[in-house]
Amino acid sequence: MPLDTAAIHARLRERFGETIGDLNGVGRDAWALVPPGDIAEVARFAHDDGELGFDCLSNLSGVDYPKDEAIQVVYHLFSYRDRHWFVLKVNAKRDDPVVATVSGVWPHADWQEREVFDLLGVRFDGHPDLRRILMPEDWPGHPLRKDFVEPEEFHGISTSRESLLRT
Amino acid sequence: MSLINSAPEMAITTRVDDLLNWTRKSSIWYMMFGLACCAIEMMQTGGPRADLERFGMAPRATPRVSDVIIVSGTLTLKMALRTKILYDQMPEPRYAISMGSCANCGGLFQLAYSVCDGVDKVIPVDVYVPGCPPRPEALTEGLVKLQEKIQKERWLVRKAEPVGVRA
Repeated sequence: MPLDTAAIHARLRERFGETIGDLNGVGRDAWALVPPGDIAEVARFAHDDGELGFDCLSNLSGVDYPKDEAIQVVYHLFSYRDRHWFVLKVNAKRDDPVVATVSGVWPHADWQEREVFDLLGVRFDGHPDLRRILMPEDWPGHPLRKDFVEPEEFHGISTSRESLLRT
Repeated sequence: MSLINSAPEMAITTRVDDLLNWTRKSSIWYMMFGLACCAIEMMQTGGPRADLERFGMAPRATPRVSDVIIVSGTLTLKMALRTKILYDQMPEPRYAISMGSCANCGGLFQLAYSVCDGVDKVIPVDVYVPGCPPRPEALTEGLVKLQEKIQKERWLVRKAEPVGVRA
């Protein structure tokens, strides 16, 4: 049976108490904050619970917030059975971002976590195979971080590009 | 005059270079090297409507037997290194066609951190085919231009070194 986001949030609160943050936003994108170490447990519950039944992690993404000294990992949960949605967010420390993996809960989180690791440098604790997935293996840095500086050249290929502005 | 009975009596005179070039240009084997959406158009060009095989061109799956590499699509820096390796594996004489805006100059994605803006930064290019993506007719035109280039080459004629001229 489909639940609205308030009911989903209440169900999570019922199980985990104040570990689950306040409900923010409305509609499909309503979200709640979860501590980095607890996300695996919360995800396991959301997946296994008979009422919630989140059988699909439709997206896992990351955002860099330098002002807040945080890298946020965003989990979009979806239930094919009940057709309801919920969003969980995790704030990791920017200088040493470590988040528990959910790849044991949803196997397709494996590559999505590798992508977040590749582009933002978040280390997923317990991930079976945390390697770069998009960028070359020897690429310096994590390009979606706001303070990423592009290398001058990559294996002899110059990365300087002409300006598109006409002066 | 019918050729049926008179052909065995006929003699054709031509230059050896022209004959060699005629045979070479009539059997250009191109390497299947699809990188992005341009590859779809390249497949169409090899399909029955544009039908590259009427020029003696056939797709090859390995660089070892290919004459021309058609770089079709956005070249990322990761792929640029592989492109160089594949080009080096092709036997000479070898040619390269840069197909589409992305391979020509980076196109829409040229300012992205992961994109090499132009395949000519990595390998020498013989024919640039503009378009985003180029239609099969455009790629056919590019390959016909390459045929013209091959036909003009001289293998058995060497220009004498200029005497008494110092750079």
